[in-house]
Parts: sequence; C-alpha cells; structure tokens
Amino acid sequence: MKSFRSFSNYAKAVQAILLAIIVCFSLGATDAGSRYLNLNHRLMCTCGCAEILGECNHVGCPESGRELAELSAGIAAGKSDKEILDSFAAKYGATVLAAPTTEGFNLVAWIAPFAVFAAALLGTVLLVRRWASVSVGKQQAATQVSDPATDALKEKIRRETGSDGGY
Amino acid sequence: MAAFGSFALLIALALAAYNLLAGALALRWIATGQPAPISPERLADTARRAGIAGFVAVTAAAFALIWSVFANDFSITYIMEHSNRALPAAYKFSALWSGQEGSLLLWAWLLGAYGFVLRLTHKQDVKLYAYAGAILAAIQVFFLAVLNFAAPPFALYRGAIPDDGNGLNPLLQYPEMVIHPPMLYLGYVGFSVPFAFALGALMMRYPGEKWIKITRLWTMVTWLFLTCGIFLGMHWAYAVLGWGGYWGWDPVENASFMPWLTGTAFLHSVMMQEKKGMMKSWNVWLIFSTFLLTLLGTLLTRAGLVSSVHAFAQSSIGTWFVVFMGIVLAVCVFTYIVQRSHLKSDHQVESLVSRESSFLFNNLVLLTACFVILWGTLFPIISEYVEGSKVTVGAPFYNAVAIPIGLFLLFLTGVGPLLPWRSASLKSIKRNFVLPVIALWAMVIVCLAVGVRPWKDGAIDQGNFYALIAFALSAAVFTAILSEFLRGAVVISKQSGKNLLVSVWLLTRRNTRRYGGYIIHIGVVIIVIGLAGAAFNRNVESEMGLHDKISIGPYTLEQIGATQDSNLNFNSEYAMLNVYKGGKLQFQMAPEKRVYLASQQPQTMVAIHSTPSWDLYVVYEGTNPDTGQPIIKAFLNPLVGWIWAGLVVLVFGTFVALVPSLSPATAALRVPARAVPTEPALKGSSL
Repeated sequence: MKSFRSFSNYAKAVQAILLAIIVCFSLGATDAGSRYLNLNHRLMCTCGCAEILGECNHVGCPESGRELAELSAGIAAGKSDKEILDSFAAKYGATVLAAPTTEGFNLVAWIAPFAVFAAALLGTVLLVRRWASVSVGKQQAATQVSDPATDALKEKIRRETGSDGGY
Repeated sequence: MAAFGSFALLIALALAAYNLLAGALALRWIATGQPAPISPERLADTARRAGIAGFVAVTAAAFALIWSVFANDFSITYIMEHSNRALPAAYKFSALWSGQEGSLLLWAWLLGAYGFVLRLTHKQDVKLYAYAGAILAAIQVFFLAVLNFAAPPFALYRGAIPDDGNGLNPLLQYPEMVIHPPMLYLGYVGFSVPFAFALGALMMRYPGEKWIKITRLWTMVTWLFLTCGIFLGMHWAYAVLGWGGYWGWDPVENASFMPWLTGTAFLHSVMMQEKKGMMKSWNVWLIFSTFLLTLLGTLLTRAGLVSSVHAFAQSSIGTWFVVFMGIVLAVCVFTYIVQRSHLKSDHQVESLVSRESSFLFNNLVLLTACFVILWGTLFPIISEYVEGSKVTVGAPFYNAVAIPIGLFLLFLTGVGPLLPWRSASLKSIKRNFVLPVIALWAMVIVCLAVGVRPWKDGAIDQGNFYALIAFALSAAVFTAILSEFLRGAVVISKQSGKNLLVSVWLLTRRNTRRYGGYIIHIGVVIIVIGLAGAAFNRNVESEMGLHDKISIGPYTLEQIGATQDSNLNFNSEYAMLNVYKGGKLQFQMAPEKRVYLASQQPQTMVAIHSTPSWDLYVVYEGTNPDTGQPIIKAFLNPLVGWIWAGLVVLVFGTFVALVPSLSPATAALRVPARAVPTEPALKGSSL
C-alpha cells in the first residue's frame, strides 16, 4: 500500500511538471525583438526562393524587404501574432505561412504524427504485455515439470551472470 | 560516341532482360523439379554471366557520356544542357549526375556494379544469390527501360549545334558535389541488394538465418554510404547556400532521410531475428519499405510533385516510377501472403523492460520519425487535394514535431544497451542507471551555470529548452556507453593483466558488432551536441565600407578591401576582412560572390573559420546598388564542428562493426590470461 501511495505521489508530481511545461510552452515571446525574430521564422519569403523569411539572404530580393517591413509595422501597431499571420495569409496566400495553421483541415497535419505515435506506442505496449503473459504461462508450465537439479543450475546461472545481455 | 552509348544501353537492357527471364525460368524449374530441356543450373549460370556482361555494357554507356562531356560534344542535348567548354575537369565528371538522364545512368551503373560484386561472390550460396541476382536484374530492366525509352542520355540536339553549352548548375560547382551525389546514390541504390536478398529468401523459403547475416552486411555498407551522402549534402548546403544552416527540411533532404530511418530500424531489429528468431515479418517489411522509400524519394525529386529548393533534375518520368513502385509493392505483398508461414517467430518478448522491447520501441520511434517526415513532405499535396489550396510545411513544423521524437530516440539509445535480454530486475536497473542519471543531472546543472536558460520572459524558450534536454541526454548516453566499455575492459584487465586501453581494444575485437555499435552511438551523441548548438546561433548583417567594423561574439571584423576577379568560368566579387579577437589580428577571411558566365547564375562562396567551440561563418551578400559597398552577413554558429566530427566517429564505428570479431580460440591466444574471461562473465560484470 505504501509503494502504491508513493507511486501515486510520483504520478501527481509528473502531472504537475507536465502541466507547468505545457503552460510555459503556451506562452509566447513578449518583447518586440523576440516577436519579430519569432514571426519572421514562421513566414516564408514569397520571391520563390522557398526560404524562411528571416533567412532569405539574397541581395535585391524583391519581396523579403517588403515583407519584413510589413511585419515590423504590424508589431509596432500592437497586432497580436495571430492577426499578423492572418493578414499575411490573406495578402499572400496560405503558402506564406511556414507551417500549417491549427485550424480546419490543417489541424490534421499537427495531430496525425502524435496520434500515430500514441497509437503505435499503445499498440506496442499492449502487444508486449500480451506476449509477456503468454511467456509467463509457458514458463509456469515448464516449471511444473522441472526437477530440483535443473532449478539449482538455473539459479546458479542467474546468480553468476545476472543476465544473458549483450548484442 | 552518342551512337556507341545508345547501343551500349540497348545491349545492357537486353542482357538484363535475359538475366531476369532465364534466371527466373531456371529457378522455377529447380523449385518445381520439372523436367527441363536444358540443365537449370547451366541456364542460371548463363543468366548470372549475362548480369556481369550487362554491367560491362552500362559501364561502356557511362564512359561514353563522360567521354562526350570531356570532348565537348554539344550535339548531345544532355551535354549541351549540363556542361560547357570552360568547366573545370573535376566538374565535368559531375555533369554525369547533374541532370535527369545522367543521374539515372549513374543509378543503373551503380546497380550494375553492386550486381557485379554479388554475382562474382555467388559461391557463398549459389541458390540464394541466383534469386537475388534475378531480382536485381528486374530492377535493372526498369532503369534501363527508362534510360532507353523515357530519358535517353544520348538524345541528339535538334537544330544547329551550339558552339558552347549552358554550363553546369553553379550550385553543383563545389568540391563536395563531386562526392556527395555518388555517395548518396551508393546508399540509395545499395538498398536494392538487401531488398533482393530479402525477397529472394522469402520466395525460396530460405532455411535458417544465414540470409539475414548476408543482408545485414550489405545493409550496413549501404547505410554507411547513405549516411555519408546525407552529411556531405548537409556540409555542402552549409558551405554553399549561405543561410547559415545545414538542414532545411527540404523535400529532397527528407527523401534521403526516410530510407535512412527505416534502414537504421532494420539494422537494430535484425539483431532480434539473429539472436532470438523474432520479428521476421517486421524485418522483411522494413527492408521492403526501405527500398520503396528510395524509389519514392526519387519520384518526389524527379516528378516535381513537391516544390524543392534543390531538385536539379525534374521531368515527367514520375509515371514510370509510380507504375514500378506499384509493381514492386504488389510483388512484395503477394510473396509475403504466400510465404508468411515461413516467417513465424521462434520466440516472443517476455518483458516490457528488456533489451528486446527496447529494440521494439527504438523501431517504433524511428518509424514514427519516418512517418512524420513523409507526412510533412506529402501534406501540401494532400491539402491541395482536400481543400484545393497548397500549404507550406517547413522547418517550424518539423522542429515542433520531429525534435521531441528525436530526443526520445536519443533517450532510448542510452537506455537500450543497459537492459538485459529477456527481462530486467529492479536491482539491475538501479545499478546500471545510477551513473547515467548522475551525468544527466550534472550536465543540467553545468548548462544552467554557464547560462543556458530554458525560459525567457516567463515562457519556455523552445530552442534552449530542447538544447538543454539534448545536452543532458547526451551526457547520460555517453556515460552509459562509456560504463559499458569500462565494465568489460576491467574484467579483461583483471584476467589478463593488460592495461585498460589494451583491454578496451581486446574487448572491442571480441565483439566488434556490439562495441562498433556503441562507437556509432557515441558518434550520434557528438552529432546531437552539434545540432543542439544551433539553438545559440546568432548573426549580424551590415553594409561595410572600407575599415568599417562589425562585431559578433568575441570577434570583430574589419573590411580591408573589396575587389573583383574573373576567369573563363565565372566572375567574382569578394570582400577581404581582418578578424580580430581581444584586439589582436587572428586571421583573414574572403567571402565571395560568383556569377557563372555560361548560365549567368550567381553563387555564394561562404568563408568559414571553424573551431571546436563555434564556426565564424561570413557571407558576402553582394553590393548595395545605391552605395556600391559590400553587404556582409556574419554568423556565429556554436558547435557545428561537432556534427562533422561525430560523422567521423560514426564512420569509424561502422568500420569496426563490419570487421569480423575474433573467434574465441583466437581471442584466447591473444589474451594470455590466468583464466580467459568468457562472454557470460563479461555480461555478468555488466549487470
């Protein structure tokens, strides 16, 4: 019972840490410089170079300077990140955003990887647990027919080797 | 020479077709025991020899194309489009893979070369090699059919033959581009061989696990080539594209990364099959998937399905690849369904906390990473199909999704080797994990002490947060691996009286695969540290007149001149910069901008000064048209050198893993011990 309580406490602590991390992640950058840097890495240059706006590095690019100026103006005007990104998408099309939005069908882009990972993880755990229970059943059946000499030998091997590890 | 090359390709196609048909017929007769008009063994041998002759024919075609490049034969369209008279000799070789037709010819040649080696070593297992040879011939028939009918490299130029060619793409005129594509192709094409062995073994219901040992060796060599190819590509992108990074999650990069992930998964899970007779179906499908992903990568690159910054050779041969992929998939599924009873596992995983399940989770993470990349690469197409409008799936998406998965994989890299086979006791887990956990927390404290702050303005700073986790996990994994080496070496040292260093050497020689694998993991840890350094990149950009200065990190850059140069191939502008540190002149840098005369395309030549701590990376962005003064962008990229150093360690580890282990008898001779330590004794010491 004591170990169960201890496990429960650990679980609560882990939950609290995860919650704190999620809350911290959900907060955005606050100062203008950080927001400018953050946002220009969430937009694409529209000149056709297929580079992130903040990393477009060719002199004389007909688009990046104008886009960066619009971004600065948006931040100076006190617009939120979402308003700025929406205004870029409305003006240049959805491809100006460097990643899919989290709305409508685009949300699938974000959910699918984690959903697949979670499903595969769950499936693997369940599969291993089933295999393990089958294996335990087989071992118990084998134990019933074992003799003391074999048991002693097995125990000696287990004691001396600890495992049969290694590639 | 164009006629000679075309004829050679036609002959090669005929020989590959004969290899396939005669080989398949002979194997059918052998399998069914039907009476045959000629000896099936002799027929199979003629098929094998046709495969060897086919390689000679493809070599002749490749030689013809290279000869034509050097001879400036602009009557051939491909040469006209991808070369010019002033192109330096080394880059004339690059012309072979700079375009669609040439790179397909390179693919066919490399496939022929792999097949040549396979067919010469057929005596290892004549029947299995005959199956593999016939399957390789089928793949070769496809590529040679494409080369003969859809993308002929020797097609003649229509109209008046120009005096000079269009020249090579400037992005390809860089030393690494002479090595990177062939290396990548060696990796791509090489996966055809394990695929052929796996499919062949399944078709013939190969008894035992010998085929998997043969396949594993081929896969390791191929994996090594692909790894080197990917890293050479990263280094090229870093040194040439001038954006300060090395990986942009471009579809072409993703295309090379996906088979690498499934190939890596196979190299891990195949150990389960060898040791325990488990995961047979899984392994077969991993190899099938890896091969299919190499084709998909080629399709994505060639067919223009997705936009890429460096898809150099797009055309309309996508349909050919789609059909071929469909046929390959159908053959794989059919063979698997018919022969699946042959793939029944001998054992099953006995515990959730064991080496076996760590391999399972490792595979799970690697395949999830592969899915994420495939999903991100294809999502613009899916979105366009569903919503009618394309979206961009760029670095922010992959960084948000793939980095956590990568860190979980790093965690498993440390945990896996510490777990014993079958099941682990709580006591052994505590004993094995105490040092890595101490190292992990020590690294967290050190990072916080030197100023790595995972939060900023009350919010998590994602870059620093991930970097902190990466550094901490790297320390834990490195400690875990080091302790594995030390435990074994201490036992050998005690038994033999040799010093610790010699004991480590002997330990590694006794089980090269295991300890070579650990060295590879150390390489991965070093690479991860280098990648984590990107969180601390900084840059400064400025227009610089004479004697103007900019500062970045500990360096101050002073412009001491801007000049121009020209040769037959390109005109260049470059700035000369003195670099000071602590007020003292340290070195000079000369970032450059070139304009290639034949293509009139500009190209950046970045100046890089590397140290173990960071790279000073300087880009000449051009001149301000109003003032005529150069614009310089300087980056300080921490720990980038660790990425390339990690690759060297990884390559070394792969070579170690490829060397056969000392047999117990030989090992006994080399360790004049009071009592020669046995493998169980070493294992026991580790737990």
